[in-house]
Amino acid sequence: MKAVIVLFPGSNRENDMAAALEAASGSKPQIVWHGDSELPKADLIVLPGGFAHGDYLRCGAMAAHSPIMRAIVERAQRGTPVLGVCNGFQILTEAGLLPGALMRNASLKFVCRDVHLKVENSQTLFASRYEVGQVIRVPVAHGDGNYFADEETLDRLEGEGRVAFRYCSPSGAANDNPNGSIRAIAGIYNETKTVLGMMPHPENAVDAAMGSADGKALFDGIAAALA
Amino acid sequence: MNKPERSRPVDAALAAEHGLKGDEYKTLLEIMGRAPSLTELGIFSVMWSEHCSYKSSRLHLRKLPTKAPWVIQGPGENAGVIDIGGGLAAVFKIESHNHPSFIEPYQGAATGVGGILRDVFTMGARPIAIMDALRFGEPAHPKTKHLVAGVVAGIGGYGNCMGIPTVGGETEFHASYNGNILVNAMTVGIAPADRIFYARAAGIGNPVVYVGSKTGRDGIHGATMASAEFDDKSEEKRPTVQVGDPFTEKLLLEACLELMATDAIVSIQDMGAAGLTSSSVEMAGKGGLGIELDIDKVPMRETGMTAYEVMLSESQERMLMILKPGREEAARRIFAKWELDFSIIGRLTDTGRLVVKRGGEVEADIPVDPLVAKAPLYDRKWEPSRKRPVVEARSMKPPMSPAEALVKLIGGPNFASKRWIWEQYDHLVRGQTVERPGGDAAVVRIAGTEKALAISTDCTPRYCVADPREGGRQAVAECWRNLVSVGARPRAVTDNLNFGNPERPPIMGQLVGCVEGMAEACAALDFPVISGNVSLYNETNGKAIMPTPVIGGVGLFEDWRAHMSAALRAPGETLVLVGATRGWLGASAYLRDILGREEGAPPPVDLGAERRNGELVLTLIAARWVSACHDLSDGGLAIAAAEMSLAGNLGCRLEAAPPGLTPEAWLFGEDQARYLVATRNPDLVLGAAAARGVPATMVGRATADGALTLAGANPISLAELRRAHEAWLPEYMAA
Repeated sequence: MKAVIVLFPGSNRENDMAAALEAASGSKPQIVWHGDSELPKADLIVLPGGFAHGDYLRCGAMAAHSPIMRAIVERAQRGTPVLGVCNGFQILTEAGLLPGALMRNASLKFVCRDVHLKVENSQTLFASRYEVGQVIRVPVAHGDGNYFADEETLDRLEGEGRVAFRYCSPSGAANDNPNGSIRAIAGIYNETKTVLGMMPHPENAVDAAMGSADGKALFDGIAAALA
Repeated sequence: MNKPERSRPVDAALAAEHGLKGDEYKTLLEIMGRAPSLTELGIFSVMWSEHCSYKSSRLHLRKLPTKAPWVIQGPGENAGVIDIGGGLAAVFKIESHNHPSFIEPYQGAATGVGGILRDVFTMGARPIAIMDALRFGEPAHPKTKHLVAGVVAGIGGYGNCMGIPTVGGETEFHASYNGNILVNAMTVGIAPADRIFYARAAGIGNPVVYVGSKTGRDGIHGATMASAEFDDKSEEKRPTVQVGDPFTEKLLLEACLELMATDAIVSIQDMGAAGLTSSSVEMAGKGGLGIELDIDKVPMRETGMTAYEVMLSESQERMLMILKPGREEAARRIFAKWELDFSIIGRLTDTGRLVVKRGGEVEADIPVDPLVAKAPLYDRKWEPSRKRPVVEARSMKPPMSPAEALVKLIGGPNFASKRWIWEQYDHLVRGQTVERPGGDAAVVRIAGTEKALAISTDCTPRYCVADPREGGRQAVAECWRNLVSVGARPRAVTDNLNFGNPERPPIMGQLVGCVEGMAEACAALDFPVISGNVSLYNETNGKAIMPTPVIGGVGLFEDWRAHMSAALRAPGETLVLVGATRGWLGASAYLRDILGREEGAPPPVDLGAERRNGELVLTLIAARWVSACHDLSDGGLAIAAAEMSLAGNLGCRLEAAPPGLTPEAWLFGEDQARYLVATRNPDLVLGAAAARGVPATMVGRATADGALTLAGANPISLAELRRAHEAWLPEYMAA
């Protein structure tokens, strides 16, 4: 699998992402500068976490207009899988590849802690190593993760199986929402389920000794699907 | 005094307004041989401020041990450096941003983090962890809540954006900080041991290059502000607080590290306190050279700035470097890629003088050597603190049962969980955080190796005020113990000395006592001081803070998997108390929080016992004979056991006090050099202790009943204990 990670000025989890991808696939992802207009051939394009352009103006808003984004949108439309985590999710919504928006956390504070996620759909190239309904533990670290979309969009997302993950309690029974996201949505897919945006950081949950290995299955699944 | 009238003559009165004393101005006149220009006066005033010259503390700082075979660079550079093997070095320093954080908490704290990060990456290191030691006024004080909210948001706002995890620290509340909070930030970085960058300028004719943000009028005279007492009008100083831009700093970090990977740089220095003045003077001074600066070339974000303003600005996210000849264009390209300003603003000269030009006119022409070498040095008068009487535990009348006292303590401001704070810090970015905030010490893995570092910041100010020398020894010993508790070999410390007005002999006595105590402990524990910062004049209307010498310690793991936590692991395991218990309640948290008495001599620190007991614990952890370990400090045995229970979500039972000790002295005494360990092999542990002459006794066991039980009392459910522990801070902040 050849993965490309796009580096924006202010990205800061690109190495965490690269390590998780390399551990799963055995090959080192290529890091590409946002200012490049040429995008190398890739099986997977990743927009990592961070504060692209300092999150000034609005999270992801300026990054969505980086030269490289035109090529990414084109590839995504032609079916190349794209994964956006945290700031990467924000950029994907700003670039119009995913619907909705990420607003300021309901608490108005940055939040960094482990959360539990319920897997809503495992029939995708990203989540094939999970079971539907499975509860996984991964950390969040964001100030603007409060997902919002209008009712019609939300109903469509749910109806089309495009909600990837929802925040939940450790047992999966109750709602434990760290940021006020509408319908506890933590991650969503595009229509073809080849673009995934999520606020939590599976790349920081790939080693039980560091807190959790529940994110590893996501990368293993991607690597297997794109091998 | 941001912009003194140009027409006003430069004289002793204007010098006094700049914070220069009569004698200091006389020395200035002798050095210059004439009246200085306004710009020259400004340069002298910041270079000779307490903040930059350490004029009150320098004489005493010399007493601190700074050497060890593993020390690569001790105090005197932007940060200290130790060898951690495998061709790598750890680079670290702590620095205060107390005065600005009180005036403007968000920006004050944010720029404090920004400054200490720059100190570390200036040396060529990639920062891997931030720690923060915070002290606020009493919770009931009308400003405290606002300051907590602002400082925490500011630290998070800066560190989170930089992508450097904030992995721990400490937070304390006390009335002595009502008018002067303490914000001490520490950064640890990793660099190749043979690629450390220093500030010493070299190469006559080499270009002096300015990179980073543009210069504005912010922070002019920040160093001078940080060298004066507060009064009721201090909040009028808000304009002297700088404004941080972590995004630009992130770009600056990446650009500097990219340039450092080439061999273009001769030397580099960040523009921190006193900005362009102190960076250019320090580089030239260390190199024994002259430096000529053309202010017209400095990137500015405001028009009409004078040489005086540019030289004194403390605008953030700026660096000064000396490049090798011919490398300018390659360097310029890197900074252009990261969209940062890059400007050649001068040259090194052989004149030994700092020459500053603006619009073709010479605005300052100062001999560098005397500016540095003749900086004032004071042997200030000091009085030793009066010894306090020992408080006998038997004389106390406990107002509540030990179980009630435990719940009250652990739910009070100083013991309550600081989760509300650390969850606002990204403590996981970089993916190397092994031990998260809340334990004895943070543990951070070094990417690409098996190694890890343990980091802890510690101080017990109530001991320092009770007996400065003992308090100084204790601060070092507790930090050392915290590193030992997670299984790391303690290596070196950085210190942040926070005190009141040194011109008052009792305050100076606190400084001298604390430093001497620290020196003894550092020497006894092979724990040299490799960097640090002094913050004086932490007083408002004549009321000083408690003496607060914060110790930031770093320990090393050859294999990160060897780390230990305080969390109880298995019901049935035996709890062994390592170290001797006399039941010392003087100056204890119990005495303060339960009996409302802040008095008594603090627990004495036996450095020989600290060393012996700590070495035993390191052996026990390395042999895997213990499954959990926690150091005993504030609140003694009962608090340690409760914290181990909460961390492991397992109950425990503590045995009754041994004969001769009251239950309170046994459970809440703060005798030093003690650890609580959990083991399934108590005989092995007790045998090893006996062989080393270390006192050790079985004091209880881990249980499966979900409760903490003190002998002879009803069990306290973990749920109740956790509620008490977790509730206070969020409820306080929400109220």
